[in-house]
Amino acid sequence: MTSLENRKPAPPAAGAVTPAVRATRSGPPSKPAKKKRTRRGSFWGSVLPPIVIVALLVVIWEVGVSVTGVRPQVLPAPSRVVVEGLERADIIWGHTLSTLQVTLIGFAFSLIVAWIIAIAIDFSGVLRRGLMPLLVASQTIPIIAIAPLMIIWFGFGLLPKILVVALVTFFPIVVGLIEGFNKADRETSNLLRSMGAGRWKEFTFVRLPSAMPSFFTALRISITYAVVGAIFAEYVGAQSGLGIFMSTQKNAFRTDLVLAAVAVTAVLSITLYLLTFVIERLVIPWSFKERKARGDR
Amino acid sequence: MSTPKIQLVGLQKEFDLGGGESRHVVDDVSFSVQPGEFVAVIGPSGCGKSTMFNIIAGLELPDAGEVRVDGQNAVGQREHFAYMPQKDLLFPWRTIVENGALGLEVQGMPKKKALERSKQFFHTFGLAGYENSHPYELSGGMRQRAALLRTVVQGREILLLDEPFGALDSLTRIEMQNWLQGVWSEYSWTAVMITHDIREAVYLSDRVIVLTARPASVRLELEIELPRPRELSLVTSPEFVAYEEQLIEVLHEESRKAFAQQNGAHS
Ligand SMILES: Nc1ncnc2c1ncn2[C@@H]1O[C@H](COP(=O)(O)OP(=O)(O)O)[C@@H](O)[C@H]1O
Ligand SMILES: [Mg+2]
Repeated sequence: MTSLENRKPAPPAAGAVTPAVRATRSGPPSKPAKKKRTRRGSFWGSVLPPIVIVALLVVIWEVGVSVTGVRPQVLPAPSRVVVEGLERADIIWGHTLSTLQVTLIGFAFSLIVAWIIAIAIDFSGVLRRGLMPLLVASQTIPIIAIAPLMIIWFGFGLLPKILVVALVTFFPIVVGLIEGFNKADRETSNLLRSMGAGRWKEFTFVRLPSAMPSFFTALRISITYAVVGAIFAEYVGAQSGLGIFMSTQKNAFRTDLVLAAVAVTAVLSITLYLLTFVIERLVIPWSFKERKARGDR
Repeated sequence: MSTPKIQLVGLQKEFDLGGGESRHVVDDVSFSVQPGEFVAVIGPSGCGKSTMFNIIAGLELPDAGEVRVDGQNAVGQREHFAYMPQKDLLFPWRTIVENGALGLEVQGMPKKKALERSKQFFHTFGLAGYENSHPYELSGGMRQRAALLRTVVQGREILLLDEPFGALDSLTRIEMQNWLQGVWSEYSWTAVMITHDIREAVYLSDRVIVLTARPASVRLELEIELPRPRELSLVTSPEFVAYEEQLIEVLHEESRKAFAQQNGAHS
């Protein structure tokens, strides 16, 4: 029996952990420093290539514009986009905040609705059969047609924009959650029931935590939709926001400012997208570690 | 003889496959388990062992027949049994000590107390030092011990183990059997264990029950009268080998039937 107790997984790299260090730890041996280096390496490995490609495209664009002498109303040079954009940085920043507000409020609303629907469906087969077709149908509504109507119905305020954002983002979250809840299979359900769990405990102890990885995957997909949805809703009509800014600048043939707003949108989307990873690691650190351990072995 | 801990009387189970078809899985299964007895159940794969377990554990209802615990009807009752499923089903979001405490928490014990109770078993289960590890950090054998710990911690009267070592490589499995044998002689739980390993069945149990091909019924009951505690060297003794041979013969006959059944169904 003693031989079993002392069995611990072999350290990933030989020689990196001294016996003395291992003896002082109560848990499994610490990961050697070499691992950290590869992780940082893979971070730059995934960040560097897109940066290089984007930089390359910008250079080609800049050179192309100055060689062909194309008019800036048609295609401004990237340098011009940056210079003109920076000149109006205050204005663009104000619009960005409006868009961010619409995005976040709309997305929060969407999240609440999606969670309620998904939990209700998880608990009731009748609701699933009744609601799913409606939810799918909601996704076939052309947003181009519905967004202007929303403004007619609800005015130029926040409400129609929140609704548009929610409409384009709630569905992936609902589907991600439902699929996530069902990751807990029959055997797991049997285990919990054998312990005396009813449906609610089964949900809180297993179905909810098992759904978290799928939830975050869905979150990532829909947060990018949320930004696009917000901008589209503003484009149709708003008092402020990147959408209405793009619309007015387009009408004034200020292609450079439209593109500056596009660049800001991209940065905004990517930031929110990356933020989901941060939140995921804070909320479900186990998922990240588990995936990594599986990949390593 | 004292009242049996468990009595199965004429259990029947048929599954509705839809489209008017059904599958008869359990047919008139009857046997008893004495208090403190370790019974191994073997049978061809797909014969209905897990289904029988689900019925005993109160997770499925039998179409006919009865499950009795201490002589009382216990059909559909779950509180007597601690159930260890085929897969370890350790939750990746829980540490090992938290996984161990799962059953107690589900039953409403305050988390702190449940964790303490769970911790007490770590030494016996060869998991000391791994309380705060996560399942992915453990080897297959350790995970299985953690799953067994989670089962035992609940302190229920009867353990139902569904192929607890089925997923392990043969060396680890032998190590685990040896270990379980040792722990057993200390605790003497009442237990029923499904296995497809004849050697494991003889080595660990007081009695082996062989089930027929589907629909499962009891084909043979064999008392294993080998002294305890059992040493690994026992495996090569003539008595042990004689038990094995007896079981191999019957089991293979049933396996051939099950095989023919499957091929018949596919052609
Ligand atoms: N819920 C169910 N519905 C329909 N068929 C089932 C169900 N559960 C098990 N079966 C069938 O019953 C048979 C026995 O299954 P099982 O008890 O898991 O076998 P074993 O554990 O002996 O391998 C299999 O053919 C399986 O497909
Ligand atoms: Mg089975």
